[in-house]
Amino acid sequence: MRRTLPLVIAFGIGFAMLIQYFIPHPISENFYNVIVQQWFIIIFAFQFVLALRSFFMHHIRKISQKKEGYWFSAVAIASALFMAIAGFATKRGPFFDSLYKYMYAPLQATMFSLLAFFIASAAFRAFRARNLQATLLLVTATIVMIGRVPIGDYLWKGMPDLVEWIMTVPNMAAMRGIRIGVGLGAIATAMKIMLGIERSYMGGE
Amino acid sequence: MGFWQRLLKLDRRWIFLGIGLVVIFPLIYPLKLPVKPTKPSMDLFNYIDTLGPESDAVFLVNGSAPSTLPELMPMLQAILRHCLTKGVPVIFFGGLYPQYIGVAKMAIDEIIKEFPDKKSGKDYVFLGYIPGVSAVILSIGIDIETTFGADYYGIPIDSLPMMREIKNYSDISIVIDISGTSSPEYWLMYGQERYGVNFGVGCTAVSAPAYYAFLQSGQMVGLLGGLKGAAEYEELMARNGYPTGKRPATVGMDSQSFGHLLIVLLVILGNIGYFVTRRAEKTRGIEQRRKR
Repeated sequence: MRRTLPLVIAFGIGFAMLIQYFIPHPISENFYNVIVQQWFIIIFAFQFVLALRSFFMHHIRKISQKKEGYWFSAVAIASALFMAIAGFATKRGPFFDSLYKYMYAPLQATMFSLLAFFIASAAFRAFRARNLQATLLLVTATIVMIGRVPIGDYLWKGMPDLVEWIMTVPNMAAMRGIRIGVGLGAIATAMKIMLGIERSYMGGE
Repeated sequence: MGFWQRLLKLDRRWIFLGIGLVVIFPLIYPLKLPVKPTKPSMDLFNYIDTLGPESDAVFLVNGSAPSTLPELMPMLQAILRHCLTKGVPVIFFGGLYPQYIGVAKMAIDEIIKEFPDKKSGKDYVFLGYIPGVSAVILSIGIDIETTFGADYYGIPIDSLPMMREIKNYSDISIVIDISGTSSPEYWLMYGQERYGVNFGVGCTAVSAPAYYAFLQSGQMVGLLGGLKGAAEYEELMARNGYPTGKRPATVGMDSQSFGHLLIVLLVILGNIGYFVTRRAEKTRGIEQRRKR
């Protein structure tokens, strides 16, 4: 029963949503409205409950077992609670906005900014023209990097147009192929879930 | 050890220092290198430029967290500034994920200082976060009021004067998603395809190549790709005589120009070093075999 019920729900809702799309009847439209505006949003909200439980369980376990770097977990829990309390207590007032603006935003932006340094270092060490494919990638990347910034136009007037051609012809052709493949794969996976062939969503089968 | 071998073993901290310097200096001393607008940016700008106070609303979506803020904030601000200057009603949606709402708040707070006569609920509406992602996009197509209930400030949507005539996508001229994730694909699938609403995108430079196929198919009105896209929008605003603020994207493009130039230089030097040392190793190998 524990396995059959989710399969029946997945098949029932999946099939109903599929055929609903092709039936422009008030009952069908009302069914769609209820599913989208009520069920979906409520189910999505439950994700937060699961995420919070998972977050606290993970970090409390690390602290209680005194694993390496456990005090980072303590900081994570304290920060999460502090932000939540600040949000509720001030009703998302200026103090809460300041926490976001002057703490969370700079911290996250700093972490992301480090990428520029590591990409430069990695490009210097690993970006080699070892074979034809690597050479093509290297030459294209160099053209795009220079052509996508104003200095490219300054060095050669035709550079931005060349980059636009790379984007709109070879890049687009490749991306379209990938997307068609992904789309067909998504349809096949959806059918497999609805028909109960793909069951990994129920827990690691 | 020869010069090239020493270069290949260069301590990476020198590279970090070089990147730091070429990024910081142009921010302090801007060169104001000219930005040439491309067609995808011009298409989006021209579409918004045709709108006015009597037009259907622009539904601007923030999909930026602080990590992508330097690239996407200038886009949000330029589009908001453009719409408010022209008196186009704007529904500014804080985002499909909770961490985005703070960035949206920063953007609207900053821009609205330039337009003291514009009032929330009358000239623009700021919508907060609700869970659902794809369900939210679908639900807006049914009814905005039922989906959100109230704006960010907790004022019921049915009491906002601007929202009296706006029910769903049929009353929206264009949805523009300024995003650092794959959310434009959700808007394409569940908003543009399902409800036929016009759609435009502003995204990080790394995501831009993925969306050219949708531009060519006509599913997107226009595209702003990365900081360059934002700088192009600022340039178009300036050329058409609109206020541009401090043009943060244009200033940032100087840093990006020299950053890219340094990386290309490093790649070229790295490759020269690689081929020179490989050749030297081959020659040494042949000599050793001869000696044997």
